[in-house]
Amino acid sequence: MDINVAQLFQTINLNVIMPEVILSVLGMALLLVNVFVPSKSKGYLAWLSLIGIIGAGFVAVTGWGTTVSSFNDSVVQDNFAIFFKMIFLLAAGLAVLISDQYMSREDCNHGELYPIILFTTVGMMLMAAATDLMTIFLGLELMSISLYVLAGFNRDSIKSNEAGMKYFLLGAFSTGFLLYGMALIYGVTGTTRIAKIASLVVQVGGAGNTMLLIGMFLMLTGFLFKIAAAPFHMWTPDVYEGAPTPMTAFMSAGPKAAGFATMLRLLLVVFPAMKAEWSDLLWILAVLTMTVGNFTALRQDNIKRMLAYSSIAHAGYCLVGFASGTATGTSGILFYMLSYTFMNIGAFAVIVLIGKKGEPNGTVMDYAGLGHKRPLLALAMTVFMFSLAGMPPTAGFIGKFYLFSGAVEAGYIWLAIIGVLNSAASVYYYLRVIVFMYFKPGEEEFDWFTISAPVALALVVSAAGSLIPGVIPSLLLQFAQQAVKLI
Amino acid sequence: MFDNVWLIPLFPLIGFLINGLLGKKIKNETIIGSIGALAVFSSFIVSVMTFIKLIGLPSAERSVNIKIFTWMTAGTFNADIAFLIDPLSCLMLLVVTGIGTLIHIYSIGYMHGEEGFYRFFAYLNLFVFSMLLLVTGNNLLLMFVGWEGVGLCSYLLIGYYFHKKSAGDAGKKAFVMNRVGDFGFLLGTFTLFWWLGQTHGIWTIQFTELAKNANLFPTGGVVTVITLCFFLGATGKSAQIPLYTWLPDAMEGPTPVSALIHAATMVTAGVYMIARMSYLFIRSPETMMTVAVIGACTAFFAATIGTAQNDIKRVLAYSTVSQLGYMFLAMGVGAFTAGVFHLMTHAFFKACLFLGSGAVIHSMHGALHHVHSHDDAQDMRNMGGLSKYMPMTYGTFLVATIAIAGIPGFSGFFSKDEILWQAFANPLHGSLNMLLWGLGACAALMTAFYMFRLVFMTFHGTCRIKAGAEKHLHESPMVIVFPLIVLAILSMVGGYIGLPKLIGDLVGGIPNYLEHYLEPVFANANAYMQAHTHHGHHSHALEWGLMGTSVVIAVVGICTAYVLYIASPEIPKKFTAAFPALHRAVYNKWYIDELYDFMLVNPCKSLGRFLWKGFDVLVVDGIVNGVAHVVMAFGGVIRYMQTGQIYNYAWSMTFGVVVIIGYYLFK
Repeated sequence: MDINVAQLFQTINLNVIMPEVILSVLGMALLLVNVFVPSKSKGYLAWLSLIGIIGAGFVAVTGWGTTVSSFNDSVVQDNFAIFFKMIFLLAAGLAVLISDQYMSREDCNHGELYPIILFTTVGMMLMAAATDLMTIFLGLELMSISLYVLAGFNRDSIKSNEAGMKYFLLGAFSTGFLLYGMALIYGVTGTTRIAKIASLVVQVGGAGNTMLLIGMFLMLTGFLFKIAAAPFHMWTPDVYEGAPTPMTAFMSAGPKAAGFATMLRLLLVVFPAMKAEWSDLLWILAVLTMTVGNFTALRQDNIKRMLAYSSIAHAGYCLVGFASGTATGTSGILFYMLSYTFMNIGAFAVIVLIGKKGEPNGTVMDYAGLGHKRPLLALAMTVFMFSLAGMPPTAGFIGKFYLFSGAVEAGYIWLAIIGVLNSAASVYYYLRVIVFMYFKPGEEEFDWFTISAPVALALVVSAAGSLIPGVIPSLLLQFAQQAVKLI
Repeated sequence: MFDNVWLIPLFPLIGFLINGLLGKKIKNETIIGSIGALAVFSSFIVSVMTFIKLIGLPSAERSVNIKIFTWMTAGTFNADIAFLIDPLSCLMLLVVTGIGTLIHIYSIGYMHGEEGFYRFFAYLNLFVFSMLLLVTGNNLLLMFVGWEGVGLCSYLLIGYYFHKKSAGDAGKKAFVMNRVGDFGFLLGTFTLFWWLGQTHGIWTIQFTELAKNANLFPTGGVVTVITLCFFLGATGKSAQIPLYTWLPDAMEGPTPVSALIHAATMVTAGVYMIARMSYLFIRSPETMMTVAVIGACTAFFAATIGTAQNDIKRVLAYSTVSQLGYMFLAMGVGAFTAGVFHLMTHAFFKACLFLGSGAVIHSMHGALHHVHSHDDAQDMRNMGGLSKYMPMTYGTFLVATIAIAGIPGFSGFFSKDEILWQAFANPLHGSLNMLLWGLGACAALMTAFYMFRLVFMTFHGTCRIKAGAEKHLHESPMVIVFPLIVLAILSMVGGYIGLPKLIGDLVGGIPNYLEHYLEPVFANANAYMQAHTHHGHHSHALEWGLMGTSVVIAVVGICTAYVLYIASPEIPKKFTAAFPALHRAVYNKWYIDELYDFMLVNPCKSLGRFLWKGFDVLVVDGIVNGVAHVVMAFGGVIRYMQTGQIYNYAWSMTFGVVVIIGYYLFK
């Protein structure tokens, strides 16, 4: 490595990572300010974070349409990165909105929450923008370590502690695979820049090079763990169930999208020559993941656990689009991850409201009668469930439509059929919630909670985001298509 | 140019959302009603502005596609959310939003105090939204969304009094019959899309694109198949033989609904669709003949039933079916302008008639309620002599009746006479023309008869309402009377925009404005007709003669009604006694419902019961439950692998990695 320090500084263009800088600085500032904020007023930190998140979003979109590399080609600002950054910022914004009400109720309203959410977001954004294995790893670890903290944030809850611990141990385990894979690839190619690796793949023998092959799959394993693809999914239900609900919402949307972002960039930019290999693997994993997720979700009464398994299934649907490798399929992933962020966090926002302190039960049965006693809330939940189930005219439907048509275009008819069958099976457990809300008489009065303004805002945004792209898909889809064009 | 066209459907949609979501909380009827009416009125204003802009353009440029956004794309298939503004859609916009506004205003008074007031206005606005999509959509798919939307609203509003079994049944009947038609619409769309794409590589469902490529379509053959499919859709929505029986039952809905949906707008959608694709229909002589014959037969057949009904709304319902028959007759003989003309004038006078009957029913209902009578408020045998209690209602009702009966000078005369003349003189159907004209003329005779029978039985003669109730009869409030007056004026003067050339020349060269206005829309169809048929020459004397015949027919019908129901009311009873079987058959609507029940509904039910008890419960349920058990068991097994132990999870991951890498290393 012949790095000339003076040359290195010339390549630095801070604008490329300006959104990350904004959130990092804000996060550190909030940590300091937090000391002086009384515990009843931590909500102000949420609003401050939200302002920062929106600001970062504005800064990020100004780069749309341009491709600028910086830090000696280790990060890039392109449409692909910006699209994903929007997803992360959205997930973070919604999570921040629904946090205060929950954390106050659970008596764990510690101000560090918001800086940690911001740091997680920075990590995810780095992952999407990274064009160097080291930057990828840096982003991944920043995200992961913050997530371990968030999962175990409710210190007084055994379940939350368990979630944090499990996530940490298994996460560390998967990082081992990832890092080993990276090391092997570095060993073969002698560089960590993904553009350079890409140009060397064919030269060193492609799939015929065993070390490269093992390296690719080991690295893939690390990301498959993050997106909770079977058989690397087992941590998901335990962690999602134990973590504070707003953080579960955040985890199910943001980091999953980050995993997909990096996987897409790696496989489509670095390893297109080995598509035959990874495409087959993703085919099988898509089927496995969808099936395991959906079929287990069928048996769940606990709604958080049900959504955890459902989130595994949704990663499976995205893998269907991924396996196809076509523009329709990959832009479908971007579309789907964005829609999924809306609908899934929306559903979790409702769970945040319905839950009681300590979350003693949280089963589907608790929703009986909600349709009559809280009609608007039930309507919002219905929209989320319909969208998750993939019914028209919601975003979930259009998303699945594009994912599966990608598979059909690539000739994977059977994969599309299995996907549709899985989607049909999933309708059962989503509709069950709706059936309970509208058709079962409820004993609960639902009078123990009020909907605070931030949660109401999150619900409205999520419902709109789950519906509007379903009616006007082109609104989002054109951006998703432009985003994947670059990679 | 037409940048704000998207506002037209948007206003009613907003009205629907506000009333539908918040109506229950608003409670105040004035606010809810005003939101509903204002939403449609705003659309009307924008429609008028659009219309003015459109006629400002040279006539060749009066067809503008306004794309809002790409709706969906999949391979060669593309559908936009886009509007087509041309003379035809603009005319429909004015009719739908104009009459829609009046009926919304009327409903504020009519629905006063009804349970679910907000629900009514929400549905009504949703209906207007769907109808506007239907008439402005620039492609078949968007039109179909509107087509289904109006069907849904029709179902919801027919069943508005859902606690009444008859209302629920009527709603279901309308829905099922419409579904049969929709099936035709879809098949037509698929065939059209597929055929044009396969043979010419043009994959489109957009109307202007289709019109541009109209000359690629052959005469007959596949076009016959396509257009017959579409026509099946039209018979369902527009209540033509054989799918007409739902419309009379649809009178179970509140009267404003009957006026707006089941007379003025939705039921004309089939006519509109044929007009929209006139360039296709004209290319199939077989379809044109079918349309003409079905139209003429429906006009005649429904009129016969109308002569013997005693329920005021049922008479109007059969009259609607009959008048829709005229419109299809016009379409079938290639007189597209005349058909659209009749669509418009019919919307005026039939809306007026329905709203007037609503005012009568309202008043009757109140009066009967006062004396605790359970007499039927809609039965004309309980009415009579109402003109002195409700002079305004009577006056407007009479104007509209004269219009529909075809008395010269009123709107109905011009449009109906144009259709009859074209049925006689069109170059398409040769010797069949006499039959078409004959059926139309007979129907006109009966129309004049039953409409004046209705007027005489309701407003003239002695008052037959239960003793003591008559002093509670009263004129309706202004909010109800005002729309009646506007519609009566329109029924009176609305015909002058389509003055026949014969009369126009006579009074100093007043042109047929409507024909000129609609000309670009039907240019392709008319050019095709010019090129492919031999125009026989008809003398002016013949045209004058037929026009005179129409007038005589109308007068005879009215006089007959006068003699039978005012001068010597004993004659109908004698007639009924002399021909009991005929009267029973007509009174019972020729037993068509019973025939359908016997031939279609009951066999279907039996088959359904067999499939349910025999096939479904034993075979399908067995399989489904079996699969469900297997699935559940599978889910259970996976769940047991979820032990909660970290080392198990780690093993699972390691296992995954080893299998994956092992497979690729040793394959």
